[in-house]
Amino acid sequence: MRAASPQNASTPVIQVDNLVAHYGEREILHDVSLTVLPGEIMVIMGGSGSGKSTLLRHLLGLERASSGSIRLLGKLLGELDDLGQYEIYKKIGVAFQGGALFSSMNLGDNIKLPLREHTNLDADTMEIMLRLKLEIVSLAGFEDLMPSELSGGMIKRAAFARAIIMDPTLLFCDEPSAGLDPVVAAGLDELILRLRDALGMTIVVVTHDLDSAFRIADRIAVLDKGELLALDSAEAVRNSDNPRIHNLLSRHFVEETLDPDEYLARLTGGSRNRD
Amino acid sequence: MPEASDTASSPPGLLESIGRSTARGLETLGFGASLLGQSLYWLVLGRRRHQPVRAAPAFAEMMQVGIHALPIATLLSFTIGLMLAIQGIDALEPFGAQHQVVLGVALSVTREFAPLITGILVAGRSGSALAARLGTMTISNEVDALRVMGINPVRFLVVPSLIAMVVMLPALTLWADLVALFGAGLYVSADLGSTFTAYVDQALRYLHAEDVMRGLTKSVLFAILITIIGVANGARVRGGAEGVGAATTRSVVQAITAIVLTDMIFVFITTR
Repeated sequence: MRAASPQNASTPVIQVDNLVAHYGEREILHDVSLTVLPGEIMVIMGGSGSGKSTLLRHLLGLERASSGSIRLLGKLLGELDDLGQYEIYKKIGVAFQGGALFSSMNLGDNIKLPLREHTNLDADTMEIMLRLKLEIVSLAGFEDLMPSELSGGMIKRAAFARAIIMDPTLLFCDEPSAGLDPVVAAGLDELILRLRDALGMTIVVVTHDLDSAFRIADRIAVLDKGELLALDSAEAVRNSDNPRIHNLLSRHFVEETLDPDEYLARLTGGSRNRD
Repeated sequence: MPEASDTASSPPGLLESIGRSTARGLETLGFGASLLGQSLYWLVLGRRRHQPVRAAPAFAEMMQVGIHALPIATLLSFTIGLMLAIQGIDALEPFGAQHQVVLGVALSVTREFAPLITGILVAGRSGSALAARLGTMTISNEVDALRVMGINPVRFLVVPSLIAMVVMLPALTLWADLVALFGAGLYVSADLGSTFTAYVDQALRYLHAEDVMRGLTKSVLFAILITIIGVANGARVRGGAEGVGAATTRSVVQAITAIVLTDMIFVFITTR
């Protein structure tokens, strides 16, 4: 089912080597390396502040890495010219956390935008492709609504439809279940599994939702404070004896251990150290 | 552009805050220049990069920037024409030179008032709208979404606005020239007891094509400034809805400042 792509089954779709990322002065990602193989669902999991959103933005080429390299579909990001970037972006789809639907366009126009911009299909064919994708995400008949008229779950599903309208080889989903009730969230998990099984997509999901992660993941990358703690099958991660992973999985909050001097310095705003 | 210093961080020394403001101002200037460069790049090479600039959004923008601004532009320029005529006659009366008012009105309208008033009006109407729209799109990830769809945001969002502004601002300015001169003519012919035809004859005798062209050239510069300043402020919005509001205000203040300063420099170079 996987359409003619230059990769064979063994070469990774994404390859990240020793990625270091800064936000201003602060180092957000410390030396992260990971690979995503064709046809797998990779879940990048971590709490807030773990650096998972930063990692995603780097994978998408939206930020420049401080050091290290990212290969997407075999191409080194950051060394691509306009045409090279354009070719890569035609082959990937992204469902953003908030949907990122264009508020000035109705649902149908939102989803058809990539077709309009990248293909020479006639209007009827585009309409058929639109309905096809709307059926997949169970939004048939809603194409004339504006994004402001949709519920949270519908916006997420619409974002999925737009992400897969060009039949990408690689799909990114940012927090698909965040802000949804458990039933709708489970529906989105089903959708992700179906997309992989039916269309053979490679899917990268960024989430903090443990249930969802274990339901869909082939492999899980656990990120904590900018460090990659584990990159393994869902089963192996679940049985990991690493205490930090264990804490994350059991939703156990661990207070940072501080030495008393540092604590006092923090309370006094550092003025004690100055004199 | 001058900008209020950042009050959120811990109290910096005077030197430091001046330094920071200067650095930020230069950064904004550089960002604006790069935006303009990219816009021209996509306008010329877009088709070859599989990303042509579309006509439809540019026309939609033209409606917004130009056609919808016609009523208010007409009102403002008519009023300005009247006001100039009243002031002119009053100022010249002691010398018994009221009939020379036409020269003053014709030159000041075409060279200064029409381009300046239209520029300020459009900066307030459309420059702010541009900053608000881009700001909202930035904070809701819509700009990122465009980028990862392989749609260059400068080509898709900025170039149509730039085209619309560069076409419509001179057009509005020309309209403002006509309306202001018409308004002045009504008052002058009534007050001095001559006919409107005589006023038109006199105005046409004094006015040279060059005077009108200088005004229109300036309005093209203003159009570029308004667009780039609106986009630059919108694209760098941080911090939610409040950030969008701040960026919108900033873009209007900066655009009007830039328009007046550019006007002065332009006049200094071309008129002395």
